[in-house]
Amino acid sequence: MIWNQHIECMERERMRSLQGERLQEMVERIYHNVPFYRRKLQDEGIEPADVRTIDDLRRLPFTTKQDLRDNYPFGLFAVPQQDIVRLHASSGTTGKPTVVGYTHHDILMWSEVVARSLAMAGVTRSDIIQVAYGYGLFTGGLGLHYGAEKVGASVIPISGGNTKKQLQLMQDFGSTVLACTPSYASFLGEAIREAGMDSSDLHLRAGIFGAEPWTEEMRAEIEGLLGIKAYDIYGLSEVIGPGVSMECSSQRGMHIFEDHFIPEIIDPDTCEVLPYGDLGELVFTPVTKEALPLMRYRTRDLTRLHATACDCGRTLVRMEKCVGRSDDMLIIRGVNVFPSQVESVLLEMNETKPHYLIVVDRENNLDTLEIRVEVEDQFFSDEVGELEALQERIKHNIQSTLGISARIRLVEPRTIERSAGKAQRVIDNRTP
Amino acid sequence: MLIKQLSVFLENKTGRLTEITGILDEHGIDISTFSIADSTDFGMLRMITDDPCRAENILKEKGFAVKTTDVVRLAVPHSPGGLHGALRTLSDNGIAIDYMYAYAAGENAVVVIRSDAPERVMEILRRHGHRFPEPGEND
Repeated sequence: MIWNQHIECMERERMRSLQGERLQEMVERIYHNVPFYRRKLQDEGIEPADVRTIDDLRRLPFTTKQDLRDNYPFGLFAVPQQDIVRLHASSGTTGKPTVVGYTHHDILMWSEVVARSLAMAGVTRSDIIQVAYGYGLFTGGLGLHYGAEKVGASVIPISGGNTKKQLQLMQDFGSTVLACTPSYASFLGEAIREAGMDSSDLHLRAGIFGAEPWTEEMRAEIEGLLGIKAYDIYGLSEVIGPGVSMECSSQRGMHIFEDHFIPEIIDPDTCEVLPYGDLGELVFTPVTKEALPLMRYRTRDLTRLHATACDCGRTLVRMEKCVGRSDDMLIIRGVNVFPSQVESVLLEMNETKPHYLIVVDRENNLDTLEIRVEVEDQFFSDEVGELEALQERIKHNIQSTLGISARIRLVEPRTIERSAGKAQRVIDNRTP
Repeated sequence: MLIKQLSVFLENKTGRLTEITGILDEHGIDISTFSIADSTDFGMLRMITDDPCRAENILKEKGFAVKTTDVVRLAVPHSPGGLHGALRTLSDNGIAIDYMYAYAAGENAVVVIRSDAPERVMEILRRHGHRFPEPGEND
């Protein structure tokens, strides 16, 4: 089902001209209301009147996460504080959190894009949706909540964690849709199995998972455990939160709601704009946002864009699953390593589960990589030799995927921390 | 006779073994014998207890990776050549032993043998007049 046929199936040229008009308005607004942007534009010798079409976007300066930190907390807001109705903040791992604000109109726009997303997964007012994303400063819970209410579905605002209650309500209320992080979905799937239940005891049919990178193998595993079709939703709080893009039932990438969030792919080193199909860093300009309209915000996410027709009938540009966030990328002995690569190796093996922890350290000026993998009851042998052979197989597969060798350490089941939110997969002990 | 052996996967961390003996103590489960095989990172605790089924459930509940395997429990005379006789019978019959461990109990020694064909081991040993301790005997 298509929530907003007019926009989602708009002819490409019309979309480009709509984007051009909106960009023009946005530049005008931030030039007059955000001193930071006025200076930036003046430094480049750009006046609002110079921006006429969407092709002028590539001449504009970028915004980075550091700019948000430097202007903490409200420095980049384009409206007075009285017009802000909501504040969210990211859990900054270092230093200050990233703060984002919303006007009433922004909240309506956000609900609209999440409603479009839910419609892609076939969610209607007949559904009962269990929102197990965290509610609070994190955008996941409330973002999904407002969109689901707009669709008219019955929302269970259970938030993350409290797995026992999740299972109880899922069963008693007959939840048909689950929304949470993919790692929590897989955790819930395991908990269901451990409780001696299986997917036929539940009414779930679809899952909407995002907020962290996950692989196709993990999708297959979650779909098997929960008996559902799993959809990928993408978003980041700086742009709006969940609902920047979403997979349709064809699952050939995520359609970006580009009437609100104009995407570009750039070369992260030269900052040059790359054509459709090329791998590079994803950049968004949320043109309609009132409170925090960022100009060419660099997401650090690496992916490709495609504008070819989709079977679902939508004309919106599609983005591939992100290869990794350039922030998540580890450089180990000069080689780029993404945690998602380790995950796919473990999932492909059929004798390991994706419960792992990557530990990077430095000994004698040499980077060391250790991957801890949990021993699984069902694959576990009581012969030391067989477990050592399993270690060797993992080591070999990791080496051939990553291109560097790793020490594999088997650890006891359930000793790697499960999280209800974003999973911690990496410990980097190297001093910067 | 065939009995159930419990194998528990253990990381090489101080206190892990004590944790297991503590749990079994708390539940009144008696260990008659055990062995530990180890590699650089992990160890494998194998043990014979008086209630393998309950011990398995308790340890699994506590989050350990536990596996039950069939092993042969055999009594041999606690005197020179006692073990040799039994092993000789097995090797003459082409049985490969994966691992074994033993303990002495009075006049006898009790040997726990793991091979990939435990039923066959039982049958061969019985045919050659070897003796299996009764339940409770030599525990």
